[in-house]
Amino acid sequence: MARAIVNVPPKARRGEIIEIKALIQHEMETGFRVDNMGRVFPRDIITDFICKYNDEEIFRAELFPAIAANPFFSFFTTAIESGTVTFEWSGDNGFSATASRNIAVE
Amino acid sequence: MTPSIVIGLLWLGGIAMAAEIPLSERQSGYELMGGDTRAMQDDDTANPAMLWVLDGEALWNRRQGAAGKSCADCHGDARAGMKGVAARYPAFDGARARPVDLEQRINICRAEQQKATPLPFESKELLALTAYIGMQSRGMPIESKDDKRLTPFLRVGEELFKLRQGQLNLSCATCHDDNWGGKLAGAPIPQGHPNGYPLYRLEWQTLGSLQRRLHNCLIGMRAEAFAYGAPENVDLELYLMWRARGMKVETPAVRP
Repeated sequence: MARAIVNVPPKARRGEIIEIKALIQHEMETGFRVDNMGRVFPRDIITDFICKYNDEEIFRAELFPAIAANPFFSFFTTAIESGTVTFEWSGDNGFSATASRNIAVE
Repeated sequence: MTPSIVIGLLWLGGIAMAAEIPLSERQSGYELMGGDTRAMQDDDTANPAMLWVLDGEALWNRRQGAAGKSCADCHGDARAGMKGVAARYPAFDGARARPVDLEQRINICRAEQQKATPLPFESKELLALTAYIGMQSRGMPIESKDDKRLTPFLRVGEELFKLRQGQLNLSCATCHDDNWGGKLAGAPIPQGHPNGYPLYRLEWQTLGSLQRRLHNCLIGMRAEAFAYGAPENVDLELYLMWRARGMKVETPAVRP
């Protein structure tokens, strides 16, 4: 599975605004490049990214060929309760990756 | 000889220097980057090069080759054993009677100790291992080369740095000694220090070695680039590291 680096604060106060970061290794081949013989490198990109906080979707993104390799997302949410933040990436050629982090809310 | 050249001549380790950047005026390419790019490098959870570092850590501990040995079997924990190593490479190799860079050292280890096939230059695995080893020296000053055996190679590296070549008749020094801080096609010209390699270049969208950077510069000068692993490349690396002596290692850095 592709390597991913995700960052969720391990502890937060209830109601605190927290930053969540997710970075994943992927070449994001656009489908527009050609080799020396003029053959197209087939498109191979991540198409979807979903982040859930205790199974509730808090962030979703669609990705397109113009997005750089190794996509990085950073976004904010409110710490409501202790639990798990999960990350899912999916894309071309059956690409799939997941990661999760626990958060303790006091 | 004009007085300015006489003043510019500086003898250190037997090497004559002219028009060198004064030590106090040296700056890492980091200083020229925008806030967003700096933030990427400063935060290990945002720095894409860390993905390679994680790969490198896994490779460090993986048994490979006919000898069935991992890097860790001989060298132990890289966080202790590899501390400061990248800050002193390229280093002299007695058996080869010339300096080798970190990538070559890894491949020598692979061939001689692990009995495994050497990794190709710029392969994901070699970059990953180099980045992992390099990161153990992060924040440490680049060592000056006081090894007398390196002096002739350092001199060759210096000559290559100052040699005008290619259809544009440029030398490395034309940009990086004489015109740093200026602009080239709208982009700032850095001093050309090797303190962050292997690094993640946004233009490349991947991690790359110092030799790849040299390759790109030579192509830009419309000169013939040296082959990966060629002695000229290693001598240039050696000179660049000497030129950046005392500067802090930033590996794995991010650059635009």
